[in-house]
Amino acid sequence: MTTTIAPSPVLEASGVTMRFGGLTAVRNVDLTVNSGEIVGLIGPNGAGKTTFFNCLTGLYVPTEGKVSYKGTVLPPKPHLVTQAGIARTFQNIRLFANMTVLENVLVGRHTRTKEGLWSALLRGPGFKKAEAKSRERAMELLEFIGLQHKADHLARNLPYGEQRKLEIARALASEPGLLLLDEPTAGMNPQETRATEELVFAIRDMGIAVLVIEHDMRFIFNLCDRVTVLMQGEKLVEGTSDVVQGDERVIAAYLGEPFEGAPGDEEVAEVEAAAAAAEGADASPEAGDAPAAPADEAPAGTPEAETEDAETASPEADAQGKTRTEGDSQ
Amino acid sequence: MTTSTTKTTAPAAEQRGIVPLPAPFARLLVAVGAVATIASTFLAWTWDSEFPGDLTVTGYPAGLQTLALVAGALTLLYALAGYGIRGLGWLNPGGSNNPVLLAAFSAFAVVWYTAIAISYDLGGLANLEPGAVVAAVASLLPVVGALALPHPGRSLRDHIAKPDGIPAAAPLPSWAQRLIISLATALGLVVFTYGIGVNDEESETFIGLLLLVLFGSMALFAAGLFERFTELNARHKGFATTAVFLAAVIFPFTQSEDHNANLGANILIFGTVALGLNIVVGLTGLLDLGYVAFLGVGAYAAALVSGSEFSRFSGVQVPFWAAALIGMGASLVFGVIIGAPTLRLRGDYLAIVTLGFGEIFRITVNNLDGGSGPNLTNGPNGISQIPDLEIFGFNLGAAHDIAGRTIGRFGNYLFLMLLITALIVLVFNRAANSRIGRSWIAIREDETAATAMGINGFRVKLIAFALGASLAGLAGTVFAHVNYSVVPSPFQFAGAAPPNSAFLLAAVVLGGMGTVSGPLLGASLLYLIPEKLSFLKEYELFGFGVALILLMRFRPEGIVANRRSQLEFHETGQLDVPEQGLPDTTVGVTKAEA
Repeated sequence: MTTTIAPSPVLEASGVTMRFGGLTAVRNVDLTVNSGEIVGLIGPNGAGKTTFFNCLTGLYVPTEGKVSYKGTVLPPKPHLVTQAGIARTFQNIRLFANMTVLENVLVGRHTRTKEGLWSALLRGPGFKKAEAKSRERAMELLEFIGLQHKADHLARNLPYGEQRKLEIARALASEPGLLLLDEPTAGMNPQETRATEELVFAIRDMGIAVLVIEHDMRFIFNLCDRVTVLMQGEKLVEGTSDVVQGDERVIAAYLGEPFEGAPGDEEVAEVEAAAAAAEGADASPEAGDAPAAPADEAPAGTPEAETEDAETASPEADAQGKTRTEGDSQ
Repeated sequence: MTTSTTKTTAPAAEQRGIVPLPAPFARLLVAVGAVATIASTFLAWTWDSEFPGDLTVTGYPAGLQTLALVAGALTLLYALAGYGIRGLGWLNPGGSNNPVLLAAFSAFAVVWYTAIAISYDLGGLANLEPGAVVAAVASLLPVVGALALPHPGRSLRDHIAKPDGIPAAAPLPSWAQRLIISLATALGLVVFTYGIGVNDEESETFIGLLLLVLFGSMALFAAGLFERFTELNARHKGFATTAVFLAAVIFPFTQSEDHNANLGANILIFGTVALGLNIVVGLTGLLDLGYVAFLGVGAYAAALVSGSEFSRFSGVQVPFWAAALIGMGASLVFGVIIGAPTLRLRGDYLAIVTLGFGEIFRITVNNLDGGSGPNLTNGPNGISQIPDLEIFGFNLGAAHDIAGRTIGRFGNYLFLMLLITALIVLVFNRAANSRIGRSWIAIREDETAATAMGINGFRVKLIAFALGASLAGLAGTVFAHVNYSVVPSPFQFAGAAPPNSAFLLAAVVLGGMGTVSGPLLGASLLYLIPEKLSFLKEYELFGFGVALILLMRFRPEGIVANRRSQLEFHETGQLDVPEQGLPDTTVGVTKAEA
């Protein structure tokens, strides 16, 4: 199903299967991410996206299949995966809440520094040099995400959006070749989402490939060079935004398929007939029923309609979003 | 530092106090009551010199009266500061009336406690001289007055809390800042010396001291002085540490009895062991319930090579530095042996396994007596008659005259322990502020995220475990020599006398996890209080429990709060909510998920 075979794949997952007892959360998924690429991973809730992520990063040991990074097979240990060059963020923010912003990023530098206990106790020139360099690099990253002025804040005191950014900075601190983002814009308002979009492009321009899970379709289709759709643990389709957007199976996965024999059609026809009748006769008894029927139908509306709604309501939502984040920070 | 308090209290003046009295009159009442309290301490409070401290003399204060005098003086100072008298403004930078109330309450508590203790000990109110009655009434007045002063609200919290936004101190020259630190350290030394100098029979005086220190420091805290002092300390970190160590060095010279130096030496031993445990529990977040075993390993190792005739290797006597290395090495090896299989566990499982290993150590040394096992530790009789240490020809067992004072055996060990404490504090600080220390804290905060950041969780935890164990082993080597003998019984999970794992853990939690001063403070409090309140001895464990419950309710971060040092003088306007504001539950949930 892979569309293109690129010259330098960063990540190659082949035949990844993850079973929990009798439940197969991920079944035989192949995925390739090439250098300089942003790849999206979408799918309805429970499709196995995060499980697949955990298999990639060594948090889970896949039951079958293998994951390799730049040609070498990854050991199923999270810290070795990070050391190899894959960094990740988490779906529900997992910062070190009681450490400062700067310290969070410094922890991210762990694999790229060597100083052990002895050098910490003896505090030789090498230790000081390495520490100073780590700090410098961490501050650069904080500047990159625009949090340098909050370096000494506790991470838990940051507003939500900044916590998300900090998680990305912490992941970048490990100097990865591939960054895995698990729903980076969850809970963000449209402006923050746009800012994140730009941040991800900037990360790509740094030469880091990105694999991103997201439910925000606008975000995904703006951002990604390729999109992979997971459905019930299996890869449904993979391709460019247009291919995926046009794919019937994807629409079916998200919206459900029409039933055999279209059982809803009769009702729709009935309602339409009733509405027509109501229009014709001025004060007929059906007039009361008629407006109620389309209202029933509304929830089955397309997601595009919903996002459109969200879009038009955005100015207010932004204002609310802002006050909300401020409220959260306290 | 001369913020006028009258100005800052003015906006709050619409709020009336609980007692309906006009504020000027209330303020006067506080001042008059404070003066009367001070005066009353010069009277006789009882006629019977049986009561500890001998409060029968008219003319000068003694025992509990001295404490009442200090509390009265504190109240008077805060009453005068409330009048906005020039030169006293620094006492109350927060500008609220809460310190007045707390200071008044400290005097009230000391005086009324004394009066009740006299009546109870000697059998009836008849034992109170008029002086005591005067004192009781006089000390009540400031409390009533202070309650009539405006407070931000009606709740208890509004009466004892520190107001937000203490104004920054006016810049002082550096020497003045250092002088303040020195004076505060000297004050601490005076309080500590007074406390440790209280006769073991005079529990009443010690309780009075505890009341005074508790409410007095609450008053200073509510005034905002602690906040300013922490700021100063952070600015002159090296100087403050040196001052504290100097004070500790001076301490043995102030003591005529070697017994008190013994208390000091033991406090330092348990304090340093608690500091080692703090690396494991406070920094890395591993709940170790069998930590005292490492102290035991160090103590037994040192005892075996001490040259004691009860030692299995009675011919072997190595110099102290070698014994210390052997003790540390043995503990390190045990730490790795115990840690390697258990550190893969998380949370409660680890706690239970370490608890088990702690008990296994005690039972094993109990049985290695030649009967039920090879003879190594002499079983329940332990290894006794451990000779005193001799370091570079300096015999720690003999008394030495230094600077005109005689420093006895325990004084010598106190000095040795001070060196070791300094070393352990250095190790703790350097380890905590480094790559490895950050990874410990990261693991404590969120182990899954930490491993995803490239931290080898097992390895890093094992290093913390081994380092903590070897520090305990080092303290254990001195422990063996100070106490002449090593027996298995103290190395249990919970017991009446320290050291036991519960004691050490309580010292860490009570003092403040992840801090240096916290465990030292916690260990001194937990060691001194049962020592001085002999009637409490049987209830020690009960007392631990109550103290921990109260602490968890009212100050979950411990006596010394662990905030990242830079934050304290970082004016960002952020809310620094104590531990309860943590999304701990969500962390737990996500851990379960991933």
